[in-house]
Formats: sequence, C-alpha cells, structure tokens
Amino acid sequence: MPEQPLVSVRDIHKSFGTVAVLKGLSFDVAKGEVVCIIGPSGSGKSTILRCINRLIPIDRGSIRVASFEVEKLKSDRDIIALRKEVSIVFQQYNLYPHKTALANIMMAPIHVLKEDPKEVEARAVSLLAKVRLQDKAASYPGELSGGQQQRVAIARALAMRPEIILFDEVTAALDPETVKEVLVTIRELADEGLTCILVTHEMGFAREVADHMYFTDGGVIVEDGPPAEFFANPKHERTKAFLSQIL
Amino acid sequence: MSAPPFLRPLPRGTDLPVLLPPAARLARRVAQERLQGNPLARLEARHGWFLLVVFLCAAGYAQAQAPAGHPGIAATVWKWTPLLAKGFVFNIAISALAMAVGTLFGVFLGLAQLSPATPVRKSAWFVTHFFRNAPWLVLLFYCMFLLPFKITVFGVTVPLPDWVKATFGLSLPVMANMSEIVRGAVQSIPTGQWESATAFAFTRRQTLWMIILPQCVKRMLPPWMNLYSILTVGTVLVSVVGVSEVMTLAGDALGSENRADLLMPFYLYILVWFFLYCYPIARWTVYLERRYAVNF
Repeated sequence: MPEQPLVSVRDIHKSFGTVAVLKGLSFDVAKGEVVCIIGPSGSGKSTILRCINRLIPIDRGSIRVASFEVEKLKSDRDIIALRKEVSIVFQQYNLYPHKTALANIMMAPIHVLKEDPKEVEARAVSLLAKVRLQDKAASYPGELSGGQQQRVAIARALAMRPEIILFDEVTAALDPETVKEVLVTIRELADEGLTCILVTHEMGFAREVADHMYFTDGGVIVEDGPPAEFFANPKHERTKAFLSQIL
Repeated sequence: MSAPPFLRPLPRGTDLPVLLPPAARLARRVAQERLQGNPLARLEARHGWFLLVVFLCAAGYAQAQAPAGHPGIAATVWKWTPLLAKGFVFNIAISALAMAVGTLFGVFLGLAQLSPATPVRKSAWFVTHFFRNAPWLVLLFYCMFLLPFKITVFGVTVPLPDWVKATFGLSLPVMANMSEIVRGAVQSIPTGQWESATAFAFTRRQTLWMIILPQCVKRMLPPWMNLYSILTVGTVLVSVVGVSEVMTLAGDALGSENRADLLMPFYLYILVWFFLYCYPIARWTVYLERRYAVNF
C-alpha cells in the first residue's frame, strides 16, 4: 500500500475580486519528492504556494499538509503550527535588513519555535556553512549579493527544520551567473531527500532535479508527468507551445 | 483591484536628463513630506546670518534712538541675559518633556491606526487628525482650564502646576504628529517583510515589534527631529497661559525697564537663541536623512 502523500491538494479555487486565479487544481506531493511547477506568468503558480502555507486562504477545495487540513484552520495558533512545518523561499529574498545573516537565520527558531539560542546558533552556523557562506555570518543583507542573500534565505528556511520547503521563483531576480550557486544549493537539498515544491523558470534545472513536473496555465494544470517524459514528449498543444518558446 | 493610495508609486521625475537631479531632489522631498505628513521646515545657515544682521541693525537703531543718560542697549541686554537664560532652559525642559510624552503616546496611537480591528483603527485615525489639526493654542487653553490643579491618587495628592499642564497640552499635537510619522513609516516598509515574517510563523505582534518597527526607526528619526524643532519654537506659546518661560520673563524684564526702544532688540535676541538651538538639530536631521536615504 502506497504511503499517504505529504501534501495533497484537491480541486482548489481562488479568486482575487473578479479575477479567478486558480480554477480547480489537484496534485499530490509524496514525502521526499521534488515537484516543479512551471507555466506562464500570471498562471497562479505563486498563488498555489501561498495557499499551501495559508498566506492566502482558498475559496473552495481542500489542502492537506501532513496532518493539517489547511482550509479548515481557524485560529491563529493552528495556522502558525502549520507554518512551522512549511518554510518558503521568496523571489525577492525578503531577508530582514536590520539583522545580520546569522541573526536572520536564528530569529524564527528562537522566537517562534522557542528553541535554545545556543543550539540554534550552532545550527545556524552549520547551515551557513552548508550554503557556503560561513564567512558572511556577520554581514547584513545589504552587504551581500543577490545570490548570497538568496542562499541565506534558503538557510533561514532550513533552520525551521520544516517538513517541506516552497521555492517561489527563487532565481528569477538573479543574474545568470549567480543563478547557478543557488541552484547547486537547492539540488543538494533535493538529493538529501527534502520535500520541495519549486515554482521555476529554469527548465534545465527542473528537468534534472524534479521527480514530477506540472505545467499550469489559466489556473488549471494543463499537463503533468515525470520530467523525462514531460520534456521529451509533451502531449498537450499548450505545453508544446510553452516549451518551444523557452527551450 | 487598484492599490490603496499609500502603495501607489511616487512621482518619479522626468526622462529629460537635464531635469533629473532637481526632479530626483523633488521626488525625495515629496517622499519625505508624505512620510512625515508635513511640509519640511528647514533651517539654513543664511537664515541665522540674516537674523543676526537684523538683530544688530535693530540694536544699533535702538541705541541711536535711546535717550541720553540711559545705559546702552548691549549693556541692558547683557544684564538680563542670566534671567532670560533661566527661562530658555525652562523652554528646553518643557520641549523635551512634551516630546517624550508625545512620542510615547504617539507610537501607540500610530500603531492603533494600523490595527486590523476597524473600530480601533477608525478612532485612532479620528484622535490623530483631531489633535493634528487643532490649533496648539486652543489645546493649551483647554488643558490649562480643564485639568485640575492637583490630583489625588491612592490618597497621595499630586499638585499639577501650570507648567505641567502646559507641557501636557503641548504633548497632544506632538502625539498626533508622531502617530502619523509611525503610520507612514510602517506603511513604507515593503509588504515582502510582512509576508516573510508571516510565512515564518511570527505573530502579528512579533512581526511588528521585532521585524517592522526596528526597520522604521531610521526612517522616523529625521521627521521626528523636525517635529522636535517645531515644538521647541512652539514652547513660547505657554507664555500666553502664564508659565514663566523665556517670553514671559522677557516681558517682565521689558516691563521693569519701561523703555520702548528695547522691544525690538530684546525679542530678536531671543529669536537668535532659538536659532542657535534649532540650527544644529536641523543640520543633524539633514545629515541623518542623507545617511538613511530611503529609496522609494
């Protein structure tokens, strides 16, 4: 009997005012799986991620993350409990500019998870080493390059020891050379068996790391499949058109 | 969905290269004034020189007019300087106290203006704008006449002298202006910071006090200091309600001298003092603004 998926999204709908952004998406993510979502701008990819950690409440459908029934969470405390399990890395990094790189990583574990600051610091130092920024611990975000900031943001997400990390177009604001250093970091995490959902425009990277690909357009999943099949042999016309433009 | 007014982009200037530096300067100033909610009052050194020249001219003219046998203008002004200085120190003390009280309440009022609870937000908005737009003098008179001259708390009677009431009266507009400074600064923090804090499971209160407000301090400092300069100059208003600060004492001194020719030099002399006190603050504000320039 197959294991229950870690994330299970069922027929979710979301509108902003009169604009319907998500029109009935469903997908599952198993534990340890790396899922990539691609699609044109405005197709609701980032909204999907924000629904999973409930930054955005959905209108209809259901989302389950581990034991959390996301759409049924009412109290702030329950929502916060969910967010402790789901970390996110943003396109614009969104590091706290008034804190050093190390403090950025330590803040949430100390104040949200209420862990011992000494332990958290040790973990933060080793996470900085993991993203190869051990010598930047005392630097402020403003003193770091985009790629370095994004790697600090990844370390910050990891410090929460989440069940799953959401990556929201994390390389879109970077120049081509620094994209690589960030992607290398993400690939290491994927290889370690961390569950990841990536929204990305990096097709080559998606093909390498993804266990499963999804192509969204107009608020629905147009096509999905294992990357080899998905890229080599797209079935849907819309997918073919999109891939031919990008590849 | 159109963006709420405070999120709409600011005027960016122009594409004409010649106009870029002034346009950028204008845009910065507009941004600063939006943050502060007031036009900027900015002292420059030339204002001080101008003041000094006017003072010396007035003193010279008065000297020429002075009836024979009277001591000179400079000697008379110098004679009263210790008394005036005492009054001036009192002005500074009132301004510092009113600023402290006003800032403390203003921070909370400003945060209340950002509350997700509509009644709290609306009433904070009303209080802010009521005290921001009410004339300072009217507020002063209200405080003088409505506050008791003593209050009894748990059997202990605390006297409320006039100067305390006046200080409280001055702290009201400071509170209201501070409220707007806080609201403006919090709203100028990029929404990504809120989003990121929320996503990392911080509560709203934690987000505000640990992530948003520390970033606001730098942005609030220049308008806050500007507000202090305005308040300092405004402290002379308390002379109207009989507190013996520099203006009251100057009036007393003039009364005892009973010489009309002293009028101009005396008040200009006090004006020079205010300039000397406020000018360094203004320069420091400019320096901090440059240093913490916010790129909107």
